[in-house]
Amino acid sequence: MARQMNSGFLAWLRRDLLLAWRRRGEVASPVLFFIMVSTLIPLGLTPESARLADVAAGMIWVMALLATLLSVDGLFASDYQDGSLEQMLITPQLLPLPVLGKITAHWLTTGLPLTLVSPLLGLMMSLPAAGFIPLLWSLALGTACLSLIGAVGAALTVSLRKGGLLLTLLVMPLYMPVIIFGSASVSYAIDGINWLPPLAVLGALCAAAVALCPLAAAGALRATASN
Amino acid sequence: MKLFSDWTWFHRLGSPRWFYQNSGRWLPWLSVVTLAVLVTGLVWGLAFAPADAKQGNSFRIIYIHVPASFLALAGYYIMAIAGAVGLIWKMKLSYMVMKSAAPIGAVLTFIALFTGAVWGKPTWGTYWVWDARITSMLILLFLYAGVMALQYAYHSSDAASKAGAILALVGTVNIPIIYKSVDWWYTLHQPATIKLTSAPSMHPDMFQPLLVMIGGFYLFYALVLILQTRNEILRRERNTSWVRELAAAKMAAHTTAHSAAHTTTEEA
Repeated sequence: MARQMNSGFLAWLRRDLLLAWRRRGEVASPVLFFIMVSTLIPLGLTPESARLADVAAGMIWVMALLATLLSVDGLFASDYQDGSLEQMLITPQLLPLPVLGKITAHWLTTGLPLTLVSPLLGLMMSLPAAGFIPLLWSLALGTACLSLIGAVGAALTVSLRKGGLLLTLLVMPLYMPVIIFGSASVSYAIDGINWLPPLAVLGALCAAAVALCPLAAAGALRATASN
Repeated sequence: MKLFSDWTWFHRLGSPRWFYQNSGRWLPWLSVVTLAVLVTGLVWGLAFAPADAKQGNSFRIIYIHVPASFLALAGYYIMAIAGAVGLIWKMKLSYMVMKSAAPIGAVLTFIALFTGAVWGKPTWGTYWVWDARITSMLILLFLYAGVMALQYAYHSSDAASKAGAILALVGTVNIPIIYKSVDWWYTLHQPATIKLTSAPSMHPDMFQPLLVMIGGFYLFYALVLILQTRNEILRRERNTSWVRELAAAKMAAHTTAHSAAHTTTEEA
């Protein structure tokens, strides 16, 4: 029984990673979006290093959130269109496990690259030196939360035609605690105070999301995508 | 020996027709009581409660602001629990209550934010501040809007109700955050005045009308929820025989009244 449950998660994780590898150009777009949009900040706000340093932490977090938000729409969309989502719904494995496999693949192809690119953007936006390590940690945990919560929204809107914009409206309120604590840990480090408490809350959010979001997304898929 | 072997009474509660007919009987009484309590609370709070030592008379907006906030939070729980009951027992009526509760809660949240902003200008010097409780109330408004938008996006009311229920349940985590935010973060919004285990930190002459207003708002919420749910029942059940008979009876009464008026005007 344990063997059967494991193969649901790993099988779908492997499948999604393979599909992402075959479409690597498409999958790279959130990261490219992240880099390009972060160039807009110095152009739109100010090129002065001192003033950029004040807003760098928050702006990098906002850009990462927006990049993830744009990519989470495609989590279930292509599977819904070609019928593989129906196959996922009728497999004997518990549905939250394949869903968690897909979400993990999404984080590995979107959230993790965003996290790894963020120090480069920190350099470009004059992020103070104390902020780099907290930025890496908070984005690593935070983008995991964003993928998980975004999956719930994607599952709720997968069968709608114009679901993309509605998806962003639905998950934005749920994303707000993540960005509050994520960027707080970076700003605390820059201000010189202990940055671990907000990171701990972010870790708790991530733990709760790993436990609950696959269940919610699975329930939403069963309610809306099984016609 | 089974204690509760007959659950028909529970499932009868889930019949839209039963709800429509019985709520219709209680509605006049509920309206009268709600009006009485609200008028009592408003007159007492706005005219007879003593003025605040520091804020003067501007504190009186508390008699709208606090009850609206209470109901915004309670209303979200009602919506989420109605969604959960619908998901677990597959009761259509429960989904109708959930759909009706969303706009009421959204408007109450807006009233709470608006009255708070109006109160903030003379007392804090600003209409808006990104304080923990105010921000999480804004998040609550967005959650309500999301639940409404999701239900309207689906054509099939079955899928719409289930999706709305799941979203409402996911957003429930925000309510304890709002409630506890004034204890966890020491920012601008004041801590709780009404405590469960100790005396309120407000003079009784100001506190008693506040309790009356909170009770009045609860009654008002129940009244509006029942009215909205009745409309939703008629909308969803419009093809059933009892709704058709109801509509036919109303049309007949309307035409007879109309023709009676016409004959009197013709005679006059």
